[in-house]
Amino acid sequence: MKYVDEFRNADLARAVSAEIAGLVDPNRHYKIMEVCGGHTHTIYRHGIKDLLPDQVELVHGPGCPVCVLPMGRVDEGIAIAERPEVIFTCFGDMMRVPGSRGNLLEVKAEGADIRMVYSPLDALRIARENPDREVVFYAIGFETTAPSTALTLRRAKKEGIENFSVFCNHVTIVPPVRALLDSPDLRLDAFIGPGHVSTVIGCRPYEFMPADYGKPCVVAGFEPLDLMQSVLMLIRQLDEGRCEVENQYGRAVLWEGNLKALEAMSEVFELRPYFEWRGLGFIAQSALKLSADYADLDAELRYSTPGVRVADPKACQCGEVLKGVLKPPECKVFGTACTPERPLGALMVSSEGACAAYYNFGRKSFEKVEIGSR
Amino acid sequence: MCLGIPGRIVEIIDEDLTLAKAEVSGVRRNINIGLVHYEEERVEVGDWVLIHVGFAMSKIDEKEAHATLKALEDIGEGYEQELEELKTSRIE
Repeated sequence: MKYVDEFRNADLARAVSAEIAGLVDPNRHYKIMEVCGGHTHTIYRHGIKDLLPDQVELVHGPGCPVCVLPMGRVDEGIAIAERPEVIFTCFGDMMRVPGSRGNLLEVKAEGADIRMVYSPLDALRIARENPDREVVFYAIGFETTAPSTALTLRRAKKEGIENFSVFCNHVTIVPPVRALLDSPDLRLDAFIGPGHVSTVIGCRPYEFMPADYGKPCVVAGFEPLDLMQSVLMLIRQLDEGRCEVENQYGRAVLWEGNLKALEAMSEVFELRPYFEWRGLGFIAQSALKLSADYADLDAELRYSTPGVRVADPKACQCGEVLKGVLKPPECKVFGTACTPERPLGALMVSSEGACAAYYNFGRKSFEKVEIGSR
Repeated sequence: MCLGIPGRIVEIIDEDLTLAKAEVSGVRRNINIGLVHYEEERVEVGDWVLIHVGFAMSKIDEKEAHATLKALEDIGEGYEQELEELKTSRIE
């Protein structure tokens, strides 16, 4: 914690930048994936790339829960929202995610009762206030938000609120990373692990990266200097021939995670045998559904959602960008048919999507003094 | 949704429901503290926590809270939107 003051210290930023430059092997190319969308946002916003030597390439990972949601799940949410008895609740991030027939904002304009909520507990309150309506919460997010849904469901059950249900789209971070490591498309050297997800799951789940794939991982905080220091820690590992999981974000992340949150998740959820990810296809045991004890609060069962699969628009290359094979501007429709105002793919919708982040910040040339002047 | 925002606990509202009032950038709203307030682990008035969608996810110290707030304010629009959404929240 004693370093926090220095995190905003320009000299330290420069020193880290210089140390990275001094450590890299000039004849080697380092491909480092930042798994989390929040990190992608910080990287573009603060022009981190310009503080790194040319040998270090940052590749954007699949860690934006809005972006990885396949179109079929969006359509199924919309189908539930259109039912006259339903008050459909979701986070603001979901409203503009394109389904095959439009988005939730458009369906709301056509008369569906869709309400943005800050918290799943607000959705539960709406259910309490409207006993004659059915309130459905569209749950999304990695392990960062899954415990909140779990605790909300526990409370609903305890209070016996029967007009509440959850359409569960929670996903887990480790399986897609493993899928990327198994993919022949991409050769990666190291990983920057997500910060907020790790407040819940801790650092242990990443041990397979060094153990099974020989790739180091550093769990990182969200400030620009956190990311710089994480890159430095990874380059040091590679330089010294070490390969392990390290925690740069000890200010918020415990090695064991939050046991209370993990306990709530394991009671309320169970792993789906497989789940479709936008651009990545079906990944085994990569998402959560409500456990048998909570089946009566499962919107999927209550409304018998058919589990439709809808292909992404042909022109859309979100899949390649999500896998880190393409950089956002290399997509054929980037900034033309697909913009934050009229997104074709989900990566352009969320502010943590790589395309939106690149569109908003990446194209500006970065002045190296900026990080120091903040 | 993915932004963790620091808030200071100003009142423990209900021990059984693990509800507390937290202040985030001048906005006071109820949050759930069940993940950081149980047998072995407690939060008290004055403590700082990192809040996601109305739930305290971890305890942080005051220095870290201020540094995170500063970083969030730098983000600008995204943080303002998160605060606007927080303002609509009425967790009971």
